[in-house]
Amino acid sequence: MATTASLIETAKPQTITVAYEHPWIVRVAHWLNAVAVFVLITSGLRIFRAFPSFGPKIPQQNFWVPPPGITLGGWLGGALQWHFTFIWIFVGSGLMYVIYQVASGHWRQVLFMPRDIKGVWPMARHYFLFGKKPPVEAAYNPLQKLAYTSTIFFGAVSFLSGLVMYKPVQFWWLTWMLGGFRLARVWHFMAMCGFVAFIPGHLIMVLLHGWNNFYSMITGWKRDPEYLE
Amino acid sequence: MADEPQRADDLPQQAQPKESAAELQGEEAPKPLEDSSANLPAEGSKPEEPAAFAAARSGPAGEEIRSITSRERGRINRRELLKMVPIIAVGAFAIPKLQEPLLMDGLALSDWASARLFGRRRLEPTYSNSEVAPFDRFPYNYYDVVDPEVDLARWTLTVEGLVKRPGNYNLQQIQALPQVVQNTRHVCVEGWDVVGNFGGTRASDLLRWLGADLTARYLEVECADEYYESIDMATMLHPQTLFCYEMYGQPLDRGHGAPLRLQMPTKLGYKQAKYLTTVRVTNVLKSGKRGYWEDQGYDWYGGL
Repeated sequence: MATTASLIETAKPQTITVAYEHPWIVRVAHWLNAVAVFVLITSGLRIFRAFPSFGPKIPQQNFWVPPPGITLGGWLGGALQWHFTFIWIFVGSGLMYVIYQVASGHWRQVLFMPRDIKGVWPMARHYFLFGKKPPVEAAYNPLQKLAYTSTIFFGAVSFLSGLVMYKPVQFWWLTWMLGGFRLARVWHFMAMCGFVAFIPGHLIMVLLHGWNNFYSMITGWKRDPEYLE
Repeated sequence: MADEPQRADDLPQQAQPKESAAELQGEEAPKPLEDSSANLPAEGSKPEEPAAFAAARSGPAGEEIRSITSRERGRINRRELLKMVPIIAVGAFAIPKLQEPLLMDGLALSDWASARLFGRRRLEPTYSNSEVAPFDRFPYNYYDVVDPEVDLARWTLTVEGLVKRPGNYNLQQIQALPQVVQNTRHVCVEGWDVVGNFGGTRASDLLRWLGADLTARYLEVECADEYYESIDMATMLHPQTLFCYEMYGQPLDRGHGAPLRLQMPTKLGYKQAKYLTTVRVTNVLKSGKRGYWEDQGYDWYGGL
């Protein structure tokens, strides 16, 4: 009996457990959006450099002059080219993701709801203060839901405020809703800050969760998913 | 665990896909799975991946779970990687030779959308006198010199192109047409804006008076400081587009473009040429003649 079992053991192919975590629409949207956000932030900072203020031209009071090293485009005109090109990729991939989430019903896993509020602090305590890990019951924990839902919010705010800055006359009603042309620049900048706050946290989490987790955003399949351990 | 009966249930279903797997993997014999967690009946599984299929189960979010060999995993991963080609396509922007043409295409796409968005009768909201910036807070913006020293006494506007009455016109002739005064916002591509008070002749009135072909596509303008611009006809015919000769009730001063400038609340500042000397109605824009800044990379439409 023991000999048979050991024979079977050697002949048996090694199996790997994999889980399909990210459909290709989500993966493509994620990476296109990642590239677009990078280009839009860096070119946007170059554009902001041309008038780094939220007030009037006279007298001009600079808020913050972005150093050229963190900007893209070389000059205002070049930065605008990047901005007006990658906005299409940003909006396209954003819509692709949102429409897919709504159509597939997966939005329920990601959208931060009022009932998730109570779970944020225990999760944050676990991540940042070495607290006990709360039990995992869903695809995404409340802190993840908050982070991912925020990016959709930042995306929507940056797009709408950008539209107001780009076409304040054609979208005069949106200009009015956002409190005017100048305030739209403030919302646009704040939404950018939101992305800048999200990205390092997101990257640190990716590093902490290792290669298999990262690779699943490329191929969709995660090797040895943590919920089967 | 009740392994044995389930494993027995699994066997016939596994034997079937393993035949195709055998083609790939040759000598490997069909075997039950060792992973006790992967032993649920396989009825619900999709047949699309018979060789890779081992057992189906769901993760907490309904993720499909499979137990596969490393060879099968490699095949799945290669196939999934192929689906990521759109990402590599974006990498074309990193190739120096392709970068500029691609960015020009992107800019052209945005310009196309801008022209589609333009409402011929959509007006920029006008502002009350109390919202108008004081005259000394209205910036002088210029690319070269603030005052190109136009001889105002002898100045005429040269009218060329697709017009019934080409020629040279003096300021009095232009001012004889009905005057429009409006408080509108001037927006600079740099990001600043200022509400000013502008007076002048409605561009559509002047173009009609000159007998211009209003079905032509563009108006080209040339300036005393060698600045040049071209504007789409739809914007030229917009009711708030002015040939402006007054600001704040005073004749246009030299720094703001005396004696005549374009003033269009539906365009960015760089489109609003100052110190006008020539206007030309045309259907053709020569490359290198689209506009001073546009020829260096700003978008041509420049609409608000």
